[in-house]
Amino acid sequence: MSYWFRNDSRLPQERLAAASYVIVGMLAILLLGFWKLQVVDSDKYGQLAERNRVRSIPIIAPRGRMLDRDGRVLVDNYPSFSVLLLRDDPAEIEKNLPGIAEGLGLSLDDLKEQLNNTRNLPKFQPIVIKPEASPADVAFIESHRADIPLLEMLMVHRRRYLPGGFMAHASGYVGEVSEQQIESSNGRLRPGDIAGKSGLERQYNDLLVGTDGMRRVIVNSVGKEMGRLSQQEAIPGKQIQLTIDYDLQQIAEEGLAGKKGAIVALDPRSGEVLAYVSRPAPDPNDFAIRISKEQWQRLNEDPDRPLLNRGIQAQLAPGSTFKIVMATAMLESNVPPENFTAFCPGAATFYGRQFKCWVYGHGSHGVVNLHNAIVHSCDVFFYNVGQRMGIDRISKYAKLLGLGARTGVDLPSEDTGLVPSEEWVQRVFHRKWYPGETISVSIGQGAVTVTPMQLAYMAGGLASGGDYKQPHLLKDAQTVGEKHVELSEDTVEQVTMGLYGVVNEGGTAGAVRLQGIEFCGKTGTAQTIGADAKARYGKGEKKFKDNAWFVGFAPRRNPEIAVSVLVEEGGHGGVAGAPIARDIIRAYYDKKNKKNQGQITAEDQRYNLKKGDEKQTAEASKAILKPEEAVAILPTSEKKKASAE
Amino acid sequence: MKEAPGTRDYDWWLLVILAAICTIGVLEIYSATHGSALAGMHMKQIRWIAIGTVLMLVLSRLDYHVIMDQAPWLYIAGLAALVAVLAVGHTRFGAKRWIPVLGEFLQVSELVKLIIIIVLARFFAEVRSDELSLQDLIKAGLLVGLPLALILKQPDLGTALVLMPMLIVGAFLAGLQWKHATVIVVIGILMLPVGWHFMKPYQKERVTSFLHPEEDAKGSGYQVLQSKIAVGSGGFWGKGFGNGSQNQLGYIPVRYSDFIMSAWAEEQGFKGVLVALGLYMALLLRLVQNAQRAKDRAGMFLVMGVTAALGFHVLVNVAMVIGAMPVTGIPLPLMSYGGSATLFVFLAIGLVMNVRLRRFVN
Repeated sequence: MSYWFRNDSRLPQERLAAASYVIVGMLAILLLGFWKLQVVDSDKYGQLAERNRVRSIPIIAPRGRMLDRDGRVLVDNYPSFSVLLLRDDPAEIEKNLPGIAEGLGLSLDDLKEQLNNTRNLPKFQPIVIKPEASPADVAFIESHRADIPLLEMLMVHRRRYLPGGFMAHASGYVGEVSEQQIESSNGRLRPGDIAGKSGLERQYNDLLVGTDGMRRVIVNSVGKEMGRLSQQEAIPGKQIQLTIDYDLQQIAEEGLAGKKGAIVALDPRSGEVLAYVSRPAPDPNDFAIRISKEQWQRLNEDPDRPLLNRGIQAQLAPGSTFKIVMATAMLESNVPPENFTAFCPGAATFYGRQFKCWVYGHGSHGVVNLHNAIVHSCDVFFYNVGQRMGIDRISKYAKLLGLGARTGVDLPSEDTGLVPSEEWVQRVFHRKWYPGETISVSIGQGAVTVTPMQLAYMAGGLASGGDYKQPHLLKDAQTVGEKHVELSEDTVEQVTMGLYGVVNEGGTAGAVRLQGIEFCGKTGTAQTIGADAKARYGKGEKKFKDNAWFVGFAPRRNPEIAVSVLVEEGGHGGVAGAPIARDIIRAYYDKKNKKNQGQITAEDQRYNLKKGDEKQTAEASKAILKPEEAVAILPTSEKKKASAE
Repeated sequence: MKEAPGTRDYDWWLLVILAAICTIGVLEIYSATHGSALAGMHMKQIRWIAIGTVLMLVLSRLDYHVIMDQAPWLYIAGLAALVAVLAVGHTRFGAKRWIPVLGEFLQVSELVKLIIIIVLARFFAEVRSDELSLQDLIKAGLLVGLPLALILKQPDLGTALVLMPMLIVGAFLAGLQWKHATVIVVIGILMLPVGWHFMKPYQKERVTSFLHPEEDAKGSGYQVLQSKIAVGSGGFWGKGFGNGSQNQLGYIPVRYSDFIMSAWAEEQGFKGVLVALGLYMALLLRLVQNAQRAKDRAGMFLVMGVTAALGFHVLVNVAMVIGAMPVTGIPLPLMSYGGSATLFVFLAIGLVMNVRLRRFVN
């Protein structure tokens, strides 16, 4: 060993002491740093840690189902997954948005727009960026949990409607709430929430929607759920029972298959709507998932106007069905008197213009009284009646019988139709009423328009002796509006006898007679353009084909069922409209008789079959539900039990 | 010629402090990993501590003069090992730092730190004057510069930086002149842009994210933010052992190793930090005291080299945890999990013990 280190014990004690001070100073500064974080700013960091740890995930409440009058499911839900974007971390979103758009097959611009639209929401509230996750989306989210911790899947309840647009215009459809709906909801609705957009879904949205719950969970740094802090259960929406009879509805749907028009069947004794069809109809299932802009545009631009709810929005000339009003007005006002007769040579001239009867060219009606005029729908008779009554008297009785005003049916956006009067032309067109117009109105042409709902309501109320019940589709409606129109017994008797004759005395609907049923009705064949114009444009054009109407009921007095049928461009009302009404009324009586006799019917079998299906789907959906969500849809009493466990 | 030192001459206080730091380290490693895939890590750490203790005792029996005698050869061996690791070393986490020894991967640079402490102590002990000449200062600089460059090449900025305080403290105690110190500081500042130019992208990123943490919310800025959240949310009293959400849910990056102080601060609060930093202060001051009582300058330089290295580790690691310094990957001595790092500390303390045991021997 060399001795390079020997005899050298002079230590720099001062500098060593300085080193000690440096050490103490250094640790004191570090301690100060901890003091700042742990004592001064402790609350702030505590909140940040809490925000890291806790994530709030909404539990979507299922919408209430819709059942028919016998308890059969018409509108249901099925479980599905939505993709949520967590918005706590804007920088992270900025970075990952292109990757998310690509991974989920979304447009980046749409995503950005959506984020921009929701920027005013609290940051902790996630937004739905894809309502229906495909298996590939689920795989994408799961595999990117660590590097894109912004995506979360949410179990939602998707609306399921019967296929093919069945009852679509009655049920309506759901969609994401609009800005206006959000604004008017007083903070109850948030963007991305589902609400009824049309039909009963919209009308009874408040009943159908539940209250979403919230699950607060602990998540680890890669977004995996590690535990649950609290759970506020979702309160499911209420199930509603409708007055619709699935069996009648089905026959009505079949009757209008491939056609353009509407059917309303109601029970005039209660106002209950038994069947409601408007065709063409969109498939509301397409709306249950977010509908694309293109699809929406296509529906809006379709010349057949599938979005028009014809049962309450088609305001068309009623044609000869308006003669029910004319006959009633004549008998009630005694202008012209009850025994008035007219000679019909096939046409008549009023105010220098010829008005044709529908038999023009085929023959004539001869001398007709009121009864025969109704049975054979003689236009000339009613031209004369109208001329004598004047427009204001016609208008008064039309309104009295329920035309020209909303029936008050519980469907949104009902239209009023139009009952013209001198006052009306003055107000709207600032001109005088031409007497010739009265002649047209007398046979339901000209300015007068009605909706199919009004027609069924009017005929049903009249045959009930003037007792009108507000039409409705909700079975346990709290308040059903009532209206009593003072009509003499003789008037009701004579008019309904006429309508009985239409079907049963070889009238314009003689082909639809039903054995053993007092089936009454009135046909209507309304021109869509004037006869002259039609001759000019050519007869073959379907576009200008007449609208077929039929309104019928049974039995003759105090009917149990009233049906109105509109087939646009359907041609003759007795041919295109009456058979559909007949099928519905026959089905109604078949069902009633079988029920009375206690027989097992084909309907019952179908019903049982359907019930079986329902049980199966219920079990299937239970299997997909996570336990906690399953708890959310239990009735309250069972829920208590479940949470107690 | 010499009496063998007795057991009563060991620095028992130093050993108690070491044991205390190791204990809280093992406890926190257990807390940070017991619920995860890394469970059982604390047992491995205990094993490293046991091996380290044995090596420390062995090293303390060997006269430090004998060891320092071999300084030139150790230096050459150290450089050779650094070159070797660059050539055939094992790449983990994107850096070539490891060589397999007895089935474990050891970081060569940890061993080189020890060698540099010895080499610098020998060099400064041979400086006979009270004032350090510029010539000697440059020599010392070159002595450190060569291995430093090789370690930077791995790259391992953290370990490379640790060599600097060894040099600075050594030079300071060897009589560094203030004028030289001033010039060095000025040159150092002027060289900063050049250093930036030679930095790896991830190193640059760490520096920028330290300066602007909000711009890098998921990278090292995220790590530091999560660490600060952990520390801050611990409050004064802490969330309790095994109860730190940032720790248990994995928000703290490498919570069992580089950021173990963050996990400790979250679960034990400011009071726990007081204990931990108190222990480190006691350790460092005790080391300085040992230097003050060394028999000769050689021993003093040896002990202060160790003190400089450990002190730097504590400072940089803890400052990183509270966001006061950039992330450099320097572990906290004896608390962070890690075989090589733990062995380095025990071997370094072994040298200190060695000096202490021989303070009365002539």
